Amino acid sequence: MKPAPFDYVRPGTLEEALQALAGHPEAKILAGGQSLVPLLSMRLAAPAVLVDINDLPDLDHVRADADGVRIGALARHAEVLKDAEVARVQPLVPLALANVAHPTIRNRGTTVGSLVHADAAAEMPMVLRLLDGSVDVAGPGGRRTIPAAELYVGPLESSLHHDEIAVEAFFPALGAGSGVAFEEIARRHGDYAMCGVAAVVTVEGDRVVSAKAGYLSVSDIPAVVDLTEALDGSVDATALAAAAAAALEELDPETDIHATADYRAHLATVLTARVVTAAYDDARTRAGGSR
Amino acid sequence: MSEKQHEIRLRINGTEHDVAVPARRLLSDALRHDLGLTGTHVGCEHGVCGACTVLVDGEPMRSCLMFAVSAAGHDVTTVEGLARPDGELGPVQQAFRECHGLQCGFCTPGFLTTITAGIAENPEPTEDEARDMIAGNLCRCTGYQNIVKAVCRAAELARDDRASEDGAA
Repeated sequence: MKPAPFDYVRPGTLEEALQALAGHPEAKILAGGQSLVPLLSMRLAAPAVLVDINDLPDLDHVRADADGVRIGALARHAEVLKDAEVARVQPLVPLALANVAHPTIRNRGTTVGSLVHADAAAEMPMVLRLLDGSVDVAGPGGRRTIPAAELYVGPLESSLHHDEIAVEAFFPALGAGSGVAFEEIARRHGDYAMCGVAAVVTVEGDRVVSAKAGYLSVSDIPAVVDLTEALDGSVDATALAAAAAAALEELDPETDIHATADYRAHLATVLTARVVTAAYDDARTRAGGSR
Repeated sequence: MSEKQHEIRLRINGTEHDVAVPARRLLSDALRHDLGLTGTHVGCEHGVCGACTVLVDGEPMRSCLMFAVSAAGHDVTTVEGLARPDGELGPVQQAFRECHGLQCGFCTPGFLTTITAGIAENPEPTEDEARDMIAGNLCRCTGYQNIVKAVCRAAELARDDRASEDGAA
């Protein structure tokens, strides 16, 4: 339960950090370390070099404007979670963050770190996919933006190159007429969920004009399913059942020691109905409607 | 092969310590082995149990999920730093004694640090909020009932402390 030896560097600028990465193909980046350090301690990972980016300047920002929320690589989950402007601009971000591990872990862990750790059981990668957000990365050739749809390529695998550093994440603002919801089922409070679902539903009056749901811990990468057609404008029991069936058509729940594939499919069905209903109600409430 | 040692200065409970550690030394091990501060306990060593929780710049963090080299330059408070300046028990420690919030005591240092920060942020926790505050700490003896009581009692004692400080001022 102790990490294997590694070289440690703590650069003071982004340029130095990129140089350190460029010189060491076996290097890993250390930000909050709340996922990385357990992997090192259990010796599931043994990088030759750790590049600690905690001294890099100007990366701990959390900014919200009409376009959306921008989160710097060193912003801790707890900072993002308590930001009232973030909650106003994109309420799904704090809804999901409240489910990221425990408060103690959120004090150290970074949101951007979680995004590029690319764990399909984690909340924020799924939310980034669902909202069609993106991650900005810096590399030797400059900066580029990776859309969420191109970020997740396999289990714990992102499309970042080894010599790139994720510097900022972008979560688009909640659109007019839209509402959101998030729910997950874990065996213990704060633990990894066996299944989690988030939804974004857009309404015109009483009618659903678009609905998408994101799924965590169901497939080996974060999955998003468009439920608009299946719902056919409504969120009654028949429509919700059709939506859940449509979701399962596209998802391929997996069995592991935490849950069987059948149980995951059951959870996905139940949670799809719950969060789509809750997101619909949220959209109606935000639109000022009442039922 | 000897491993490279990093000369670092750690500020623990207000006292500075110069130590030489390999980069892979966990903060929890630096506290216990290098500094002899064995109040911080090590349970699971992968961030689940909460026994090793310390305060870093006032915020509870897992000392087993931080390297000592990363803690340099930060203010770390361990359970040894929670007593009053005169050596009497601090409010959270006092509440644990009054409410029988511990049995074997293994998990207690992590609870004490977590709750110290928790009641600073939320001075009047409800029972539900108390449960949420300690959700990241495992206790295998008490069933948590008395720990939840201790959270509420600690908040009460801390409020009394502040009231008497205000009165004295």
